[in-house]
Amino acid sequence: MSMYTKPLPTPTETTAEFWKAAKRHELHLQHCQDCGHYIFFPATLCSQCLSPKLKWERVSGRGKVYSYTIVRRAGFFQKGEGDLPYVSAIVELDEGPRMATNIVNIEPEKVVIGMRVEALFDDVTPEVTLVKFKPAK
Amino acid sequence: MRGRLARSAPQVRLPSSFPQGVVNQTFTELDYELRRRLRFTKLGLEVKMSSLKNRAAIIGIADLKPTKRSEEKSMELAAKVGKLAIQDAGLEMGEIDGLLTGVDNVQWSMLVGEYLGLPPGYRHHLELQGATGAGMVWRAAAAINAGLCNTVLCIAAASNRERARGGEDRASMPAQFMRPYDPVGGANSRYALIAQRHMYEYGTTSGQLAKVAVDQRTNACGNPEAIFYGQPITIADVLDSPLICDPLHLLDIVMRIEGGSALVITSAQRAKRAATPVWLLGAGERLNHDSAIYSSLTTSPVKDSAEMAFRMAKVTPKQIDLVSLYDCYTITVVVTLEDAGFCKKGQGGKFVEETDLTYKGRLPCNTHGGQLSFGQAGGHGGGMSHVTEASRQLMGRGGARQVANPKLAFVQGNGGTMNEEVSLILGV
Repeated sequence: MSMYTKPLPTPTETTAEFWKAAKRHELHLQHCQDCGHYIFFPATLCSQCLSPKLKWERVSGRGKVYSYTIVRRAGFFQKGEGDLPYVSAIVELDEGPRMATNIVNIEPEKVVIGMRVEALFDDVTPEVTLVKFKPAK
Repeated sequence: MRGRLARSAPQVRLPSSFPQGVVNQTFTELDYELRRRLRFTKLGLEVKMSSLKNRAAIIGIADLKPTKRSEEKSMELAAKVGKLAIQDAGLEMGEIDGLLTGVDNVQWSMLVGEYLGLPPGYRHHLELQGATGAGMVWRAAAAINAGLCNTVLCIAAASNRERARGGEDRASMPAQFMRPYDPVGGANSRYALIAQRHMYEYGTTSGQLAKVAVDQRTNACGNPEAIFYGQPITIADVLDSPLICDPLHLLDIVMRIEGGSALVITSAQRAKRAATPVWLLGAGERLNHDSAIYSSLTTSPVKDSAEMAFRMAKVTPKQIDLVSLYDCYTITVVVTLEDAGFCKKGQGGKFVEETDLTYKGRLPCNTHGGQLSFGQAGGHGGGMSHVTEASRQLMGRGGARQVANPKLAFVQGNGGTMNEEVSLILGV
């Protein structure tokens, strides 16, 4: 079995729940019980109202492409550890927050800003599942 | 309004002063823009700006000639360009009682100071990425204005080979939630996201971005020091160059080189003894959220930093004779021109298409060729070169690429992914 050589997340106390849910193939975000915003990156305080009353909830996993690029070559200071080309994107979830991710299961040239996408869970290693997005049905 | 996250376009009445072309923006984007404006207005009422106008002037500049490879280490590059700036200012080492350095290592300014044998004085290092050079200028002026020192040497130079791969905090949010999805894109992919979104929101085209590269290459052809001197290009050349991260082509992207830049800035009293002091007339600085998931991709803190600088200088964009804008990518120049008020928001593509940006043109931009065609040195020297070049033009030392009789220059330092912004107005 070949080694996964790309960067992997190191979960922390604050983010553990996110990564555990991802491993179960679910997208979970923190929902502020005071102001109602969903927040991302995970935090101990709501980024909108500073309330500590954050509750992890499952979200739809649906959203749209906010921006994207097709990475065809590594940058000046980067070593080639990607399967080029790949689509690096920002997806805006229906619940509000944006996430950095990859758009997969589609030819890179066919990706457009505004297209509807849904979460796809990629078990890149036995321990880690990354949250990527594919075109929504 | 707060707790309701838009699942469809919100029914919001936009203020008449709101930038055009906002129709495709989402609720979170509008929210950012409105909140930003409200915060800034509030700040303006509460804080009385203490002007640095005419409190300090640049009297010495130096840029190392860009090379593709160099055996010199960071300290050697920093010391070499620092010494050249002191000599250019016509000063002795003993007269420099302030030192600012761009940094990859801690305590760097102390080490450079002792290497150069400078007298004790004010020291600091900055890490504002590409905005470091411009950020040094107002900080030096502020230290001088506060009476902490008289004459500050500002050095931005380091070797690419020695660049500290600062043990990335693997537990940081970007390391967890961004790097796994974009392992090798680097800054190229982050700025490509800006360009892509700008094209979507405003219809900006690759051809328009290419015009920036072409005009700056013309400028570089008037600069024997530039890395691409003698190599003119056309729009077709830019569009035919390989795509690196869509929609950015190779020639939309900065050229990394070995070199560095430095300047000497001194008090108003001492500046009067210099041949052509370049006065700091206005300065502004604004930093934003770091990660692309939070901030607007198409409107940058240049809006705020430029507003502050123009306000302090009491001048308007129309009065500016030349601009020296941080150009890690062609899109950076387009967004900066919009946000600094040289054209309307969203019209940047059209503006660069229709405006001659060469040293002979209506709005000379990056007359040394910019980082795109002169080169981008380590230690944030690339960003410092915009300051030294604008100064050079104002001093009348532009040589073959001299702009006719410039009096006022606008300089932009930009760091991160358009989230660390410093604007300067310089004048003679």
